[in-house]
Amino acid sequence: MNYLCLVYYSEAAMQERGDDHWQNLNKECQSYSGGLQESGVMLDGSALQPVSTATTVRVRDGQVSVTDGPFAETKEQLAGFYLIEARDLNDAIRVASKIPPARYGSIEVRPVRDIYGESSDAVPYAEALGRR
Amino acid sequence: MPESVEQKIQTVFAEQSRRVLATLIRLLGDFDLAEDALQEAFIAALKQWPQEGIPEQPRAWLVSAGRFKAIDQLRRRARYHEILQQQADVLAAQAVVNMEEENAGIADDRLRLIFTCCHPSLAPEAQVALTLREVCGLTTEEIASAFLQKTPTVAQRIVRAKGKIRDAGIPYEVPEGDALLERLQSVLQVIYLVFNEGYLSSSADETVRHDLGDEAIRLAELLNQLLPEPQPEAMGLWALMLLHHARRHTRLDAEGELVLLDEQDRSQWDRDDIARADALVRHSLSSQRFGAYTLQAAIAGVHAQSPSAEQTDWTEIVGLYDLLQQHMPTPVVALNRAVAIAMRDGPEAGLEALHPLMEDKALRQYHLAHAARADMHRRLGKLSEARHDYEQAMRLTEQPAEQRFLRRRIAELAK
Repeated sequence: MNYLCLVYYSEAAMQERGDDHWQNLNKECQSYSGGLQESGVMLDGSALQPVSTATTVRVRDGQVSVTDGPFAETKEQLAGFYLIEARDLNDAIRVASKIPPARYGSIEVRPVRDIYGESSDAVPYAEALGRR
Repeated sequence: MPESVEQKIQTVFAEQSRRVLATLIRLLGDFDLAEDALQEAFIAALKQWPQEGIPEQPRAWLVSAGRFKAIDQLRRRARYHEILQQQADVLAAQAVVNMEEENAGIADDRLRLIFTCCHPSLAPEAQVALTLREVCGLTTEEIASAFLQKTPTVAQRIVRAKGKIRDAGIPYEVPEGDALLERLQSVLQVIYLVFNEGYLSSSADETVRHDLGDEAIRLAELLNQLLPEPQPEAMGLWALMLLHHARRHTRLDAEGELVLLDEQDRSQWDRDDIARADALVRHSLSSQRFGAYTLQAAIAGVHAQSPSAEQTDWTEIVGLYDLLQQHMPTPVVALNRAVAIAMRDGPEAGLEALHPLMEDKALRQYHLAHAARADMHRRLGKLSEARHDYEQAMRLTEQPAEQRFLRRRIAELAK
């Protein structure tokens, strides 16, 4: 199964920790994601620019509205993501727990849904049996 | 009167249904399919066993019957679903090839089921409901009434939890290595939640509900039997619950009012429970890997084994609280330690220990902190302070039995 690990932390608190800390954390992230890529666990991923650079786009009644900032103000902000392949949730949790910013913020682990049709081993019987 | 075949079948089913279910979930990879298969296997047994006799290995028979019923069911519906047809074929092929391997795994299936139902990625109330439903075999109605909730609420909680197990890929496995210890905490917490709900209900006037307490103790016993190696904290929790359970008939008087530990009739305490708990506590303590459950059980054990309230070994209890504080540095543990100090060294020393703790906001909102201070003031003869504290405690609890108890204490001050 594929899982998206969304990395959140408080940008303000991270800034307070200073430049050296930031540089070291970046290096740590590079080396962890590098290892995951080599072993084929990590399919994709990236760090993100801070939320001050975010733009939110909505379409209502055919009208495009564009606003400054993230879609919601939160204590911790989305800072990056890892798309990984894992055997199951326990496996994904193991990978996520080693993402360096997990020590400061939070990692949300979400199973990826294949909207082009579920692979055969992922078909929930109950759904196929028409019980949902 | 000899048991009829139907009665025997009912007995087999009562003993085996949870084990069969646990194995079917593993073999079929789906909770709902496994539950239907279990029902079908039981119906088949009711038809076949009266004529053919009860098989030598009824559990294996039920697993096998359930499994093939599930494959049949998939095949019947598969006429319209190609993928389902493939699933049925895969399951059928596995059923032929792996019989021996699977029999070897059967012992672990209930443990897998426990760890899956108590997975920390499920909400605590979902873990509790799912465990009671799938591991203990309670009906949704029984769970709802035990927790004073509506049946549809509980039913939906269980459906959602099963959905998450499936969609998020929560595996049907017993975690290994370090993960086992972490996840064991989650299992123990679920068991203790079940127990506490039965022990002291905060929402109903019906103060003690034995059923959930018994259920929690059975779960703890099962867990300890199934774990691949002895786990000190699993023993500790089991012991802790046994010790509370040992006093179940003395916690309330004839009128249903709460009776404090030092006023309970010790001759009514269940000595078998206490002896079992004592052995568990000693085993756990000697492992050197004990934690908060074991220490709480040790404290409860000192009380349980003391011949009278007056003879309680408060020095040992204070020492155990010192240790417990290291494992569980919470305000409530500190409060209980202060109470123990008041018993060992007198109310003055108790107040001294309690004073800095009341700086804590949470503790100031905790009725038992005020009740404890009231008791220390009462023993010092400072009756107006005691009254003030009892009244404060009354304001902070909504539990009718506790309110009545505090009211009695206030009335006694006037005597």
